[in-house]
Amino acid sequence: MKYRILAVFLAAAVLMCSLCGCGGATSETPAPSDEIAPSSPAAPVNEITVGIAQDLDDSLDPYQMTAAGTREVMFNVFEGLVKPDSDGNFVCAVASDYSISDDGLTYTFPLREGVVFHNGAACTADDVLYSFETCAATSVTSALVEALSAAQVTAEGNTVTVALDAPNPDFLSYVASVYIVPKDYAEQATQPVGTGPFKYVSRSVQENVILEKNGDYYGTPASLDRVTYRIFEDNNALFTALNGGALDLVTHLTIDQVNNLTNGYTVLEGTMNLVQAMYLNNAVKPFDDQRVRQALCYAVDVPAMMELTAAGHGVRVGSSMYPAFAKYFDASLADAYPHDVEKAKALLAEAGYAGGFSFTIIAPSNYTPHVDTATVLAEQLKEVGVTAEVQLVDWNTWVSDVYGNRNFEATVCGFDASSLTASAMLARWVSDNGKNMINYNDPDYDAAYAAAQDPSLSEAEQTEQYMRCLEILSETAANVYTQDLADFVAINPALEGFTFYPLYVIDMACLHFAG
Amino acid sequence: MKKKTTRKKGNSFLYTGAVLSGLMLFLILLGCFWTPYSPTAMDAAAKFQAPSWAHLLGTDNFGRDIFSRVLQGADASFLIALCVVGISCTLGVLIGGLCGYYGGLADLALTRLCDSITAFPAILLALVIVSLTGRGKYNVIFALSILFIPSFARVVRSEFARCRELNYVKSARLMGVSDGRILFRHILPNTFPVLLPAVTIGFNNAILSEASMSFLGIGVQPTEASLGLMLSDSQTYLQSAPWYALCTGGAVVLLILGFSLLSEGLQRRNGG
Amino acid sequence: MRQLLKKLAALIITLFIVSLLAFLAFQIIPEDPVTHLLGTEATPEAAAELRAQLGLDRPVLVRYFSWLAGVLRGDFGESYSYHMPVADMLSDKLPLTALLTGLSFLFTVLLSIPLGVLAGSVRSRFLDNLFAALDQMVMSVPPFFIGMLVCWLFGLVLRLFTPGAYVSYQDSWSGCIAYLIFPALSIALPRVAMTVKLLRGAIRHEMEQDYIRTSRSRGAGRAWLLFRHALPNALIPVITFMAVSLAEIMTASIVIEQVFTVPGVGRLLLASISNGDFPVVQAIVLILAAWIVLINFAADLLNGLADPRVRLG
Repeated sequence: MKYRILAVFLAAAVLMCSLCGCGGATSETPAPSDEIAPSSPAAPVNEITVGIAQDLDDSLDPYQMTAAGTREVMFNVFEGLVKPDSDGNFVCAVASDYSISDDGLTYTFPLREGVVFHNGAACTADDVLYSFETCAATSVTSALVEALSAAQVTAEGNTVTVALDAPNPDFLSYVASVYIVPKDYAEQATQPVGTGPFKYVSRSVQENVILEKNGDYYGTPASLDRVTYRIFEDNNALFTALNGGALDLVTHLTIDQVNNLTNGYTVLEGTMNLVQAMYLNNAVKPFDDQRVRQALCYAVDVPAMMELTAAGHGVRVGSSMYPAFAKYFDASLADAYPHDVEKAKALLAEAGYAGGFSFTIIAPSNYTPHVDTATVLAEQLKEVGVTAEVQLVDWNTWVSDVYGNRNFEATVCGFDASSLTASAMLARWVSDNGKNMINYNDPDYDAAYAAAQDPSLSEAEQTEQYMRCLEILSETAANVYTQDLADFVAINPALEGFTFYPLYVIDMACLHFAG
Repeated sequence: MKKKTTRKKGNSFLYTGAVLSGLMLFLILLGCFWTPYSPTAMDAAAKFQAPSWAHLLGTDNFGRDIFSRVLQGADASFLIALCVVGISCTLGVLIGGLCGYYGGLADLALTRLCDSITAFPAILLALVIVSLTGRGKYNVIFALSILFIPSFARVVRSEFARCRELNYVKSARLMGVSDGRILFRHILPNTFPVLLPAVTIGFNNAILSEASMSFLGIGVQPTEASLGLMLSDSQTYLQSAPWYALCTGGAVVLLILGFSLLSEGLQRRNGG
Repeated sequence: MRQLLKKLAALIITLFIVSLLAFLAFQIIPEDPVTHLLGTEATPEAAAELRAQLGLDRPVLVRYFSWLAGVLRGDFGESYSYHMPVADMLSDKLPLTALLTGLSFLFTVLLSIPLGVLAGSVRSRFLDNLFAALDQMVMSVPPFFIGMLVCWLFGLVLRLFTPGAYVSYQDSWSGCIAYLIFPALSIALPRVAMTVKLLRGAIRHEMEQDYIRTSRSRGAGRAWLLFRHALPNALIPVITFMAVSLAEIMTASIVIEQVFTVPGVGRLLLASISNGDFPVVQAIVLILAAWIVLINFAADLLNGLADPRVRLG
């Protein structure tokens, strides 16, 4: 439940592009040892049990899935013409190759020979055309629909050609999101069929999802024969089961859980690839006053908060960009507002709030780290005389009320990128953007963002404009930026090959038992 | 001989209950004015400390003092229960009294309604109400107040219906005493012996229901201390910091036990 | 007979009202399920289309009757979240919750009758007080806290089971029952305390009746009097109480399933409430409510059968 939807915007869909390197730094710390050994050691049974904290309470149809948790699992079942690798580059999947014309308008994908769907049907150019059409017509992701509406897909023999109306540097990431499915197969929502290294076997509501190795996979087949995702919908229960040795792999653990792990699991650390912040509604009083927002930035002690909630793990961020975007991430922005109670008080007094004020922080109840952060920030704000009350809401209510109707004062949540492009992080704060949840309105920002969209710019110039955007967000204290959350993975020590992706997926095909 | 034993037993329940409730009330009052630490003060250096002289009940995952939080949480639970019992008892007495005294079709309909509400477990109805009104302290009070009206109305109704036929009421009516005066001055005080146990039981149920709702995450919201909410948090640390759950749960049990002993003693004294 | 028919008619009317309330309650929720279904990035056209597809644009009463007609045919509609027929989801979960309820009931009966007889027949004042005090103590513990204590004591300290490592009944009945013993025990304990208290009082009451005194004065043994005379009479109110318990056990499982992460009806209900998955919520509320109404009906009949005085009246 709590991790049901990871980074708040995961509902957003297209998850990839080639811009940047791998997700957060990876380090390895062995958990304090023994007592119970993880359940399935390198036994003859070549299968694992993965614990997940959220149910796939979703359609399994590749174009209808909205929850991040569902995408995380179904990544192993579906593939597009291309698919992302762990470095964020695109490699060929259903296509055997791809080429892009010099003007960036024509994409050519020769199809791979011998690709077979999980239901036994061979994959043809017809299926690819069908997939593109169905996706464009039914996808719940508006960005993807928009990108596809500007593209004409045609097939000639075994080659699929996509012609664009205008160059779109992110187009390959959208192609990767168009999962290839068999034509005229009507049961995707409950019995999905794709081309990936694993095939879907069954699911039992609130209990499990079972995947099995796809023996006919065209590439290197998966090493594991069977993967069972056990659903807990409750972090506590998930952890207890993990600690009892019933699971081989659990991701998205918190530091408290890792510290309490008492049997010999290997623990890997990465980051969640999102920007967590206390997002402020810039259109309501008193947050329409830049000095008040800056005061809040000075008033909170983010390192202390991270120490309390995650024993200091995670990466401090100071603007709407997380470290996996190495190209744009400016670590110095994180220190723009050091903890300074006097300065905060002075700014508040200047803005006419010498006596403080009170407001409500809304946090999505299903996501513990956000709730914890909100709780600590509210406590820290007392020091400058500001009273913050934390209010938890269902994810549903959050989406409709906070995100949809912008009916909030402040909310702690995380934004991630729907594709690995700077615009995926920055476009939303342009004053007239439909997703500008915080009603941010800064002419300089709009100008810098617009400048970055000029196709005639060199890459360096474009990067410079985007960096400028990030600086403006920091200078004007658009939000109280906090961190990119630490992400811990506990894994059976006999399992090898776990790979962090810069995206919210777990690739089961790279896991294998040692020896 | 036999009579003597029963009375004594009833009283021992009453005494123990009174002492325990008194102690809890004292702590609750204390919590209103003074706690050893601020219930919300966080301390990264003092996370998950086991009970000690510095922290009587240990500290939690934010390094907050559990004893201070229990005091404050008991305060909150107590206030919520007080509001719930106050509202539902007042409304229950009004509805039950009028129904019992006047009878008729309205009486029949309201009795049926009360019966059907009591047939359903409080937690199921509370879930439904809260899913309609949203979470939060006031919604909990609202939901529970509605749910608890029937239990009071029932008790009071039968008592009023009984008293209506008694000679002193009949003669009062003949003497031309107004209905309002009869209801509130003559009959109402007679219902106290049955109303009092009902109030203590209702109080217990209110504390229990509030804790359950907060435990399920649909009651009191975080940053406000609540015993149920603390128990829900403590579940994560059942293995590493068992004192968190045990101490908090123990506080809930003591709170409820005091009042249930009290109501048991009252009932026994009434000869139940 | 006439009495029975009357009661049956009342039962059917009650069930109808319950179904109406279960349906209407979830029509006034301000939340829009469509936002949830499509996520944050949906286009307005897609939203409108889905709304029409789900029939959300029709008047409430029309929806109610088409829903009711479906329910009578065993069709509870389709889950908004899972895109599965609700009936299929429930047919997975109901056996589990039924098993948990059954086990808890079994524990309640097996533990409370011997304990109640014992508590009702001990003559030492000290033991009697001890029983009464224990009773009060157990009744004062919130059900979910009993669950946590059981988890902690049997699961983490004694390591008799792994909390959270639930075994599906589809995989292994014995494994599933072995896991469910602990949640069932947690549900049963407060019920046991209440039943013991009731039975103890009833036995004491019977033992003080004139007919028992007369028999005793004629030289009948205490044990014989207890089991032959007092117990059967004392059990009459207990049987009714236990029948009603069946309804409360079912709802207690909502909370306990949460503590022990048993994927039964209760967990599905809570998850569906926070998901805004109304078809599922409606179906579960209806089933639970109908269950309670039926149990009360049965308890009423049982009461009439067991106690001739009621039957005549």
